Amino acid sequence: MASRTLTLIDDGRPLTVEAVVQGDAIHLSPAALEQALGWELKPQGLCRGETCVPVRDRAALVHQDGIDLGTLARLLDRPLAAEAAEGVAVLGAAASDRAQRLAAMDAPDFTLPDLQGRLHSLRDQRGKKTLLIAWASW
Amino acid sequence: MALDKSPEDARPYIERAAPKHPALIDSEHVTADLFNIINVPTMIWIDEQGRIVRPNDVQFGTDTFVALTGRPSEPFLAAVRAWVREGTGGLAPDEIRAHQVLPTREQQAARAEFTLAWHLHRAGRREAAERHFRRAGELAPRDWTIRRGSMPIRGIDPMGSEEFLALWQEGAPRYPAAPLPGASKGPGAG
Repeated sequence: MASRTLTLIDDGRPLTVEAVVQGDAIHLSPAALEQALGWELKPQGLCRGETCVPVRDRAALVHQDGIDLGTLARLLDRPLAAEAAEGVAVLGAAASDRAQRLAAMDAPDFTLPDLQGRLHSLRDQRGKKTLLIAWASW
Repeated sequence: MALDKSPEDARPYIERAAPKHPALIDSEHVTADLFNIINVPTMIWIDEQGRIVRPNDVQFGTDTFVALTGRPSEPFLAAVRAWVREGTGGLAPDEIRAHQVLPTREQQAARAEFTLAWHLHRAGRREAAERHFRRAGELAPRDWTIRRGSMPIRGIDPMGSEEFLALWQEGAPRYPAAPLPGASKGPGAG
């Protein structure tokens, strides 16, 4: 199978990677795994920095033409939404990661634009009380 | 921040209010994902050190919809003023934990589907987008940032359409929020 360009949105960050798509299966090149997602396949498992996730079924993860994205998402306990035929996949944030941060009660930082396109971060408000209001026209 | 599909949807409200504080646009629902926001308006109190001192709560800054919501703005606004002036009303960590709703795997899967649907919609792949918007709603049926918030993107009226009226029948999602300081248990305190 020929490889194609895949848009992979990694926790909100759009990446362009090489992948082989067959039916619903998406196989990432090892370079994409390492350079785009920061994970490296080692004898002890999938590693990023000091963190290693054991890989029990290596055959499910590692295929001749690349790393199976669905198996990778399950190993990392992250949600995967994909439209393989359109060459788009979304690797969302793990519920455990989000829950841990919220339970620690440190408000997670974010950066968003205002109407003029100027960017503001929550951390800019440090030193002041902040009422965070999520609203919408709907 | 406005969880609206575009700055233009939020612009008239922001320009009319002319706030002195930053008014941000969150079309991708970044904050919904980070703070597990499931409906609007959601209020979160954050102290000077960046700590959450009151978790997600559906509260209103005006009485525009009080007939529908049964939740007047005044007890909430009074609590906010007291917090700003006197530093009262924040909750202890165990109280916050008791009232926090943490995201589930299904909830995060729904958010991934929503992000995918939005991307496909922008790429002009409307049919594929619609499938993933629906899937997102199935995964998180009590998340109105997804089910109602996607309506304007999908060309569905979020106020008067049959889809919205059916959603309204289910009852608006709320959080198990702690009573406001000084408020007795009753309407607006749950």
